Amino acid sequence: MPVDDRLSRREFIGRAAKAGACLLAAGAVAYSTHDPDGPAPAAAGPQASALPDFAVNAAGRRMCIARGEDRVRNLRAGLQGVGGIEAFVRRGDRVVLKVNAAFASPPMLSATTHPDVVYELARLCFAAGATSVVVTDNPINDPASCFALSGIGEAARRAGAELVLPEERLFRNMTVKDARLIRNWPVLLGALAGATRLIGVAPVKDHHRSGASMGMKNWYGLLGGRRNIFHQDIQTIIAELAAMVRPTLVVLDGTTTMMTNGPTGGSLADLKETRTLVVGTDQVAVDACGATLLGKTAADLPFIAKAEALGLGTADYRSLAPAEVSA
Amino acid sequence: MTIRTARRVSQIFFVLLLVWFCVAATLGDRFWQLRGWPVNWLLDLDPLAGLATLLATRTLYAGLLWGLATVALTVVLGRVFCGWVCPFGALHQFVGWLGRRRLRSKLRVEANRYRPAQRFKYYVLAAFLAAAALAPLGSGTLLIGLLDPLPLVQRSVSLVLLPLAERSGALALSPLPRFYDGAGLIAAVFATALALNLWVPRFYCRFVCPLGALLGLLGRYALWRIGRTGEGCTGCLKCERNCEGACRPTGRIQISECVMCVNCLDDCAHGAIAYRTRPSSEGESLLPDLRRRGFLLSAATGLVAAPTLRLGAATGPNWNPDLIRPPGALAEEDFLARCIKCGQCMRVCPTNVIHPAGFEGGLEGLWTPRLNFRIGTSGCQHTCIACGQLCPTAAIRPLSLAERRGLQSFAGRGPVRIGTAFVDRGRCLPWAMDTPCIVCQENCPVSPKAIFTREVFTPVRATAPATVARAEGSRIVLQGDTLVAGRFGTGDYHVLLPDGRRLRITANGPGWVETEPAPGPGTPAGSALAVQIRLQQPVVDPRHCIGCGVCEHECPVLGRRAIRVTAENESREPHHRMML
Repeated sequence: MPVDDRLSRREFIGRAAKAGACLLAAGAVAYSTHDPDGPAPAAAGPQASALPDFAVNAAGRRMCIARGEDRVRNLRAGLQGVGGIEAFVRRGDRVVLKVNAAFASPPMLSATTHPDVVYELARLCFAAGATSVVVTDNPINDPASCFALSGIGEAARRAGAELVLPEERLFRNMTVKDARLIRNWPVLLGALAGATRLIGVAPVKDHHRSGASMGMKNWYGLLGGRRNIFHQDIQTIIAELAAMVRPTLVVLDGTTTMMTNGPTGGSLADLKETRTLVVGTDQVAVDACGATLLGKTAADLPFIAKAEALGLGTADYRSLAPAEVSA
Repeated sequence: MTIRTARRVSQIFFVLLLVWFCVAATLGDRFWQLRGWPVNWLLDLDPLAGLATLLATRTLYAGLLWGLATVALTVVLGRVFCGWVCPFGALHQFVGWLGRRRLRSKLRVEANRYRPAQRFKYYVLAAFLAAAALAPLGSGTLLIGLLDPLPLVQRSVSLVLLPLAERSGALALSPLPRFYDGAGLIAAVFATALALNLWVPRFYCRFVCPLGALLGLLGRYALWRIGRTGEGCTGCLKCERNCEGACRPTGRIQISECVMCVNCLDDCAHGAIAYRTRPSSEGESLLPDLRRRGFLLSAATGLVAAPTLRLGAATGPNWNPDLIRPPGALAEEDFLARCIKCGQCMRVCPTNVIHPAGFEGGLEGLWTPRLNFRIGTSGCQHTCIACGQLCPTAAIRPLSLAERRGLQSFAGRGPVRIGTAFVDRGRCLPWAMDTPCIVCQENCPVSPKAIFTREVFTPVRATAPATVARAEGSRIVLQGDTLVAGRFGTGDYHVLLPDGRRLRITANGPGWVETEPAPGPGTPAGSALAVQIRLQQPVVDPRHCIGCGVCEHECPVLGRRAIRVTAENESREPHHRMML
């Protein structure tokens, strides 16, 4: 008996309905996602336009040059000379200490901010009533190694400060107003979130390309990305960094100065006891004073004139009548 | 608790221990970081790593002595290590169980039948050991790490699974998620080995594992063993349903294949199977039926392996200069006689600069450590000695900081060099592009710096002629507006005056430049303004360069770096010496 292998009407309609639904679904997906123009050129994403102003305007422009063998006593004397830490840090302030932890190098080689200074400064901030102190930097060498070997991580922990490592999520793109170089560039803004005070704490170091690494160059550590392309115009980037940041204070520790082989150093022979620590509100003036420790003048360092021309401070630090104390 | 549950607890414990050791191999002093955790312990327990390096070097290094514990365990109790300890074995067992848990009993018994091909793993072992044994004569090599299950699983977790977990955000072991060049191949081998369990359970353990073969040989005289009691058996074959080793418990049992999973003990409802000193009532085979022909063929393969691989002269005159080994690595032939490719150095490296090699070191060098300065948070930090301290076989010798840096009693020998940096003058910005840079010089970590600079003043490319009109104060005024405003004010540009004085430009407008010091007389009207750029061109001093690669890592020419380290002048190979 021949088998009746014809499709029944019911089956045919069912099958046709399912096929139609498939076609319809495919068509709907294709239509709703169809992009006739292709991808647009990359646009600059959302970005920050300015850092908060961390300066204490009521305090005015103050500066103190403290001299002595001991960096911690220099720091205490230097802060006293600008009116005491209480003039800058009040109860409830949230302080960020931007240290220079650039290299995985022990404190005795002075390639990084000395941990004793970090500890004492953090301690004084807490004593003045700060609710939090954050210690941060985006170093050149491996960050964890840098904070460990430089002793800064341990100093921060001991003082009860929080160490913030430069994790990727903490960077946000930023364009500094009127800047030529810092445009749409990742900056470590996450570490500054919620902060009310920012203090730069830097050593004094020889730097072959720029002439010197001091307080203004210290802000380089707030940049992310392949920031070393800025070395092609190092004097301008340092001035732009100074324009980006309006700090509460800068502390420039020249108790020991790296005279040669900077900014990495690597040998005690590169160092000189210069017995000076400068504290001030005017980062241009502080760097101009620091230049003398390297046997240079402000005129030898073009970034100082550039920063001055941007109205960020004065290269003639003597005009501020800095207090000079011995500790 | 049944004995099967005890076995499962033990397996889970050792898998977690492996993961924990991989996590804890992070440089640091937090509780979960490397601060005394015995992170090499599972590798040390591997008697195959011990035996193979013993054959290859005639010594048993440090912690590898732990392998004796496994040997003792196996000689007395059989392959307990495979069934209870080996984390790779546990993973195989788990995947095999996942794939077969719904299968009918008959198919499971079929999957677990003894196969003569199980002898293949003994041939693998013979080939690897034969290759290692010739190393002291200079014509052998240690390849065991390719298939030895403990290095294999350790590197797979450290270099594939942990980085994937970091990338997913589930774990944060280092500030930046880790990269491992060549991790894909490691993952492929690991995944294939696991996937094969869906075809035959414990495929790797039964057919491939050279450690299993070694333990099979050692366990042949075990005092206690699994076997039939000779009473109560109804032939239900339940004991074979879950037999991990495929050792044929119902028949003439294959003692060397039993991995002591003890499933048969629990599964037999009739008391027909026991773990005891008396031999099985159905008889025992101590070893699979090894064929003399197969054995000789595999041993011969091992014997000619290294000489054949070295026909390419990769350890001789054709050495690859791009193969930078970690500081403390032995000379290449000695290194290859020890490295078990476990990945511990790559895991612990704080800067993520050590990577598993592909074929840069030839087939022999697969998954051995190689430095890649384009990846990682920095070059190889010269204040770090972590990799050599961790290496379980001393393929990377444990250096002291003093030896690495050439201090104290090592002052005469100088620091350990892993290579030398070379400036590519065709790509370097100050050399080739008239653009200031010297990031490499800045970051060179040794003192005195191994990179110094030569100062040159080069005329800048003029787009339009600029002619001096007059000098007034600090300013030179030009005839017409021919300059791009601001272009020369960076501090790097200078004006060369006809009288030979060179003045730094501090600012410029379209029709003027200002200089420091002021131009004064000597700037005749009508003369062409000669603008020069001051360049500091980097030069490497090979007497100070240690090859750390920080310069290469930092070089802003990101693709092919303008300064690159090659293995020239590395301390470990006297015949790679470059300098007089």
